[in-house]
Amino acid sequence: MTASQQAQLHISDTKQGEKAVLLVSVGDWTVNQLDQAVECLQSFIKLNSGIIIQWDLSAIKNIDSAGMVLFINSYDQLISKGCEIKLIGESTEHKRLYQLVRRFINDKVTAVTIDKTSFVNKVGERSVFFVLNWLSFITFLGESFVSFWHVLKQPTEIRFGSIVKNIEDAGVRAIPIIVLTSFLIGVVIAYQGAVQLEKFGANIFIVDMIALSITRELAPLITAIVVAGRTGSSYTAMLGVMKITEEVNAMRAMGFMPQIFLVQPRIIALILCLPLLIFLADIVGIAGGMLISNIHLGISYEVFIGRLRDVLDVDQVLIGLIKGPVFAWLIATLSCFYGLQVSNNSESIGRYTTISVVNTIFFVIASDALFSIVLTELGI
Amino acid sequence: MNSEIIKVSNLVTQFGPNKIHDGVSITIGSGEIYGILGGSGSGKSTLLKEMILLLRPESGEISFFGQNILTMNSASLTKLRQQWGVLFQGGALYTSLTVTENIAVQLKEYSDLPAALIYDIVQMKINMVGLPQHAGSLYPSELSGGMVKRVALARALAMDPVLLFLDEPTSGLDPVSANMFDQLILDLRDMLGLTIVMVTHDLESIKTTVDRFCVLGEKKVIAEGSLEDVLINPHPWVKQFFTGKRGQTRN
Repeated sequence: MTASQQAQLHISDTKQGEKAVLLVSVGDWTVNQLDQAVECLQSFIKLNSGIIIQWDLSAIKNIDSAGMVLFINSYDQLISKGCEIKLIGESTEHKRLYQLVRRFINDKVTAVTIDKTSFVNKVGERSVFFVLNWLSFITFLGESFVSFWHVLKQPTEIRFGSIVKNIEDAGVRAIPIIVLTSFLIGVVIAYQGAVQLEKFGANIFIVDMIALSITRELAPLITAIVVAGRTGSSYTAMLGVMKITEEVNAMRAMGFMPQIFLVQPRIIALILCLPLLIFLADIVGIAGGMLISNIHLGISYEVFIGRLRDVLDVDQVLIGLIKGPVFAWLIATLSCFYGLQVSNNSESIGRYTTISVVNTIFFVIASDALFSIVLTELGI
Repeated sequence: MNSEIIKVSNLVTQFGPNKIHDGVSITIGSGEIYGILGGSGSGKSTLLKEMILLLRPESGEISFFGQNILTMNSASLTKLRQQWGVLFQGGALYTSLTVTENIAVQLKEYSDLPAALIYDIVQMKINMVGLPQHAGSLYPSELSGGMVKRVALARALAMDPVLLFLDEPTSGLDPVSANMFDQLILDLRDMLGLTIVMVTHDLESIKTTVDRFCVLGEKKVIAEGSLEDVLINPHPWVKQFFTGKRGQTRN
C-alpha cells in the first residue's frame, strides 16, 4: 500500500484567451482525501461562469466513486453555468468509472420533506402522541384487570414459578441496597434532628421524630424510589428487548398471553415484596437513628427502645406498609406498559426506559402526597 | 486464479474444549468470488468473523495483501477496515438511523466531505444496489427482507472497498430475489473489480455466482476449488450436498 496523497486542484491561465482556464487534478481523488478539492471546486464554481475550461485529469493517481461523484457534480454545475469544458488526459479507467457512476447518479430530484422543526408541527405531534399514549395505557390497564379476573377464576394458570423468580430478582437481591440507603436515611435524620433538639434540651424527642418520620413517610418513599430505579427500569428494558426480538409475538402466536406470562407475575411479585422491603427499611432506618442518638446525644439503646415502645403505634407502621402494594402496583404496571410500548428500534428502548423511570418515580411521589392528604383529613 | 489477496493458513479455533477449526488453510485470489461452504456448525461464519477480526483464532495466520492481520498494529488495522465492506447475515442495520444515514455513516465518520456531496454519493449507491429512490428516508423496521439485504450491501459498498465479505447474502430471500441478488453481486464485481468472500448454503449461488469455494467439515477444509474440482471429490458430505434431493429440485 503506497501512501495516499491529498486530492488537489491546480488552477492556472491558459494562453489561449482571456476567458480560458486550465484545471489540473492531482493526487488521490478518493473519499478520504477529497476535502481540499471540494472546497477548491466549490469556490471555483461560485466565481466563474461562461468560460472555457481545459480540465487535465492525467495526474490523478487514484479515483473512486466518491471522487467521481464530485467530478460529475462539478462538471454538471459548470456546464449549467454556461462553461465549455474540454477534458484532457483521461484514462480508460476513468472513462469506465465515469460511465458506471453516471448511470446511477440522480438528476437532482427535489424531495418532498415535511418541515419537522416547525413549532406547530411539534406541538401537534406531541399532543397526538400524548393522547394515544393514554389511550393505550387505558387499554393495557383493561387487559391487565381482565387477565387478573381470568386467573382468579382459574388459579392453576397463575405463573408461580415466574412469581418466585421475580421475587428473588426484585426483592431478595434488592436487600443490600435497601439496607444501605435506609440506614443512611436514619443517620441523616438523627443528625439533623439532634442539632435542633439539643438547643431545647429535648434530646429524648429524637425518638419520636425518627420513629414517625421513617415508618410513615421516608421508608416507604425511599424504598419505592430505589425499587423503581432498580426493578422498574429492568422490566422496561427487558420487555422492550423481547418486543424487538419478536419474543412477545412468538408468545402470542403460541397462545401465551404476555399479560399472564410477563406482566402479571411481575405485578404480583412486586406487590408481595415491597411491603416486606419497607418493613426492613423501617427497622434498619430506626437502627441507624438509634446509633447516632447514642453517639451524639448519649441516649442509651435501652432508653431509646423504651421510648420507641411508647410513641410508635402499630397504626403508624401499618400506614407505611399499606403504601407498599400501591407503589408496587404503580411501578410494575407502568414499567411493563412502557416496555411493551417499545417499537422496532434500539433507540426507543433507551427512550422508554427513561420515560418509565421518570414516570414511576413521579407517580410514586404523587400518590404518596395523595396518601398524606387523605390520611390527614381522616385524622389518622 | 490471479494473484492471491487473502491467505489463511493452519488456522486453529477453539471455544473452551470445543475445537472448531483444526488446521484450516484457504487462499483467495484477487477479483474472484469465493464461497465458504459447510454444514451447520462447521465454522463458516466463525471463519468469516476471524477474517474481519471480530474473533481471534487460537493459532495460525491470516494475511491480506501479504501482511498478517493478526499481528498488525491498530493504526494499520483502521486503514485496513476501510478497505473492506461487510454484509452481516441479518443486515445489522442501525435501527435508529434511516437508510440514507446508515449508508452515510462511514462517509461522515472517515471524511470531511460536505453533507450535500455525501448525500449524492449515498443516492448513487442506493441506485446502484437497485433500491427505489424513496427508500432513503425509510427506517430499517419499515423495509422488507430483500430491501434490508440491499441496504446492507449499499452500506458495505459505501467506502468503495476492495474486499467484500457477505454472510449468507441470499438466505431468507425468495428464489427470484435471490437470483436478482446474485446477479447484482456479479455485476458489482465486474463493475468495481471487487474481491468477494461469501458464506453460503445456496446451491444456486454456488453454481451461478461463485468462482471458487471451499467446503468446511470435520474441522478442516474437505474440498477447495472450482465447482468441477469439488464435484469429483469423493467425500460423502460433498456428494450428499450436491446430489441430494434438495440439490436436484432446484436445477
